[in-house]
Amino acid sequence: MSSDEVDTSAAVDVDRMADALPEPGSSKSDPILVADDVKRSFGGLTAVDVNHLEVQRGTITALIGPNGAGKSTFFNLLTGFDRVDGGRWTFEGQRINGRRGHQVARAGMVRTFQLTKALTRMTVLDNMLLGAQGQLGERMAGAFLRPLWRSQERANTERAMELLERFKLIDKRQDMAGSLSGGQRKLLEMARALMTDPSMIMLDEPMAGVNPALVQSLLQHITSLRDEGKTVLFVEHDMDVIMGISDWIVVLAQGQVIAEGRPSDIRSDQQVIDAYLGAQEVEGESGESGDE
Amino acid sequence: MDIFMILAEAARSAVGPIAAIYALAAVGLNLHFGYTGLLNFGQVGFMLVGAYGVGISVAVFDLPVAVGFLVGLGCAVVLALLLGIPTLRLRADYLAITTIAAAEVLRLVYRAGFAEPLTKGVYGLQNLSSGFREVNPFDAGGRYGVGAITFTGNQMWLMTVTWGLVALFLLITWLLIHSPWGRVIKGIREDEDAVRSLGKNVFAYKMQALVLGGLIGALAGAMLAVHQGAIQPDQFKPQVTFFLWVILLLGGAGRVFGPVLGSMAFWFLMSFTDGFLKGLGREGLLPFLSGPDYGAIQLAFAGLMLVLLIVFRPQGLIGDRKEMLINVK
Repeated sequence: MSSDEVDTSAAVDVDRMADALPEPGSSKSDPILVADDVKRSFGGLTAVDVNHLEVQRGTITALIGPNGAGKSTFFNLLTGFDRVDGGRWTFEGQRINGRRGHQVARAGMVRTFQLTKALTRMTVLDNMLLGAQGQLGERMAGAFLRPLWRSQERANTERAMELLERFKLIDKRQDMAGSLSGGQRKLLEMARALMTDPSMIMLDEPMAGVNPALVQSLLQHITSLRDEGKTVLFVEHDMDVIMGISDWIVVLAQGQVIAEGRPSDIRSDQQVIDAYLGAQEVEGESGESGDE
Repeated sequence: MDIFMILAEAARSAVGPIAAIYALAAVGLNLHFGYTGLLNFGQVGFMLVGAYGVGISVAVFDLPVAVGFLVGLGCAVVLALLLGIPTLRLRADYLAITTIAAAEVLRLVYRAGFAEPLTKGVYGLQNLSSGFREVNPFDAGGRYGVGAITFTGNQMWLMTVTWGLVALFLLITWLLIHSPWGRVIKGIREDEDAVRSLGKNVFAYKMQALVLGGLIGALAGAMLAVHQGAIQPDQFKPQVTFFLWVILLLGGAGRVFGPVLGSMAFWFLMSFTDGFLKGLGREGLLPFLSGPDYGAIQLAFAGLMLVLLIVFRPQGLIGDRKEMLINVK
């Protein structure tokens, strides 16, 4: 994959970040997520210690950092999949720290997983329908009253079909999700997350284990999510990908935010190069020299 | 040795009261494991509280048998909540350990000296069937059936009610599984974190499944009490749970009719091996075996058949092999 291809989808033409300053903990003009003093330690090791972080609405924000920097832990904390030691965060002005995973999802912040969680022995369509919210038939008593949820089910199926069409999985709708390839599972997981109609979508390493041919299409899906007004926060390792599509990059190292900024700021940030890029010879060089 | 008589007796077991009771308990287990993925190794505990709900109500307090059923069901709900609240938030194996231990603890408590005023300890409770038999529409003295397969009127009445309950809960299972509720619990079986990330309260769903499956198990226990007319704590050993698991896997877990076919096939095999071995013994072909050995050999023989079945048909009698092989994460 060449980096120019990625650059076609780059966001340099419009600056969605308004006047945000490229410094750790910088304030944004319209933050959808604001986190303060988020801490998590395992035994003596402090995995996450984020003083202040804001995520701008309607942007693609990347969370990067060396292995063990606490990216995934931070992700789990924000989405209610791990217990926090201390800290508060709000989502769309609503306090959501202390909420459990399903409550966070209902608030409109939906996540995917690094190791794809396709529900293997269910059909692709059933996977999708699970994402729909507020289903009357999902209550135990409601389940017996088919007329109560039939029309809702039909509407959900229609919406699922549209999403499957968009993610090019429509021909697979009756197949077991376990028969999909790794890349298709990533697409399914993303489409399924969209079924919940989230305002913010959190992608944990969406490109991990996906063959290069599919990476392009995944990237297009991510940028089109933003273009529809959704906020995307994602963890990723591939620097080309990150530099290409992110509006904003947050760098974590040893659990702390050490830098924030537009891709161009991060490329030239000496601290980042030392902490992260410098530590990995090849990527470090390409990051330093900007466009190869 | 009359092979026809052995086969007829095996067929009689396959549709008889015990097969019906085990089918009912396995329907509950199917809801737990087959659809929700809950590893319940203590289904016998639910049967025990159901049976003793009837036993204590009828034998100690002289209450109508219907009240006994309600008491048993109430106990099952309490048991499910006690088991589920601490463990359902944890990983699946914790429930497995807790359930197997809880079922044994229940058996030991019900047979303990301090419980004797209620449970009569190891002596058990007697005279539990009369209330149930009073409303028997069949002629208690008559024989019903075809050819060599016949049942008494009392057995017919019990089979009618128990198979009726099996049919009712199969219908309920079918309705639930073919609804959005069923989709959620199947999702939980596959990966509960994924379902949680889609905004579903996984804990509540697992609890609902645990309670419902436990209720069905308790009903099976209550039917066992009225079938035997007498119950004793030591008949609720972990072995019963393992028979139920064999039945479920034999029939096909996660299939609506799996528990029914499994139970019929299981009791057919058990009865057939028993009759066949005893037949061989009578012919003098097994001189190295004495009386009590037959039971052990029969279990081993039945076990071997089950091993063969699992090797050649791991999905059970009516499972979908393709679906089963997909489960590689």
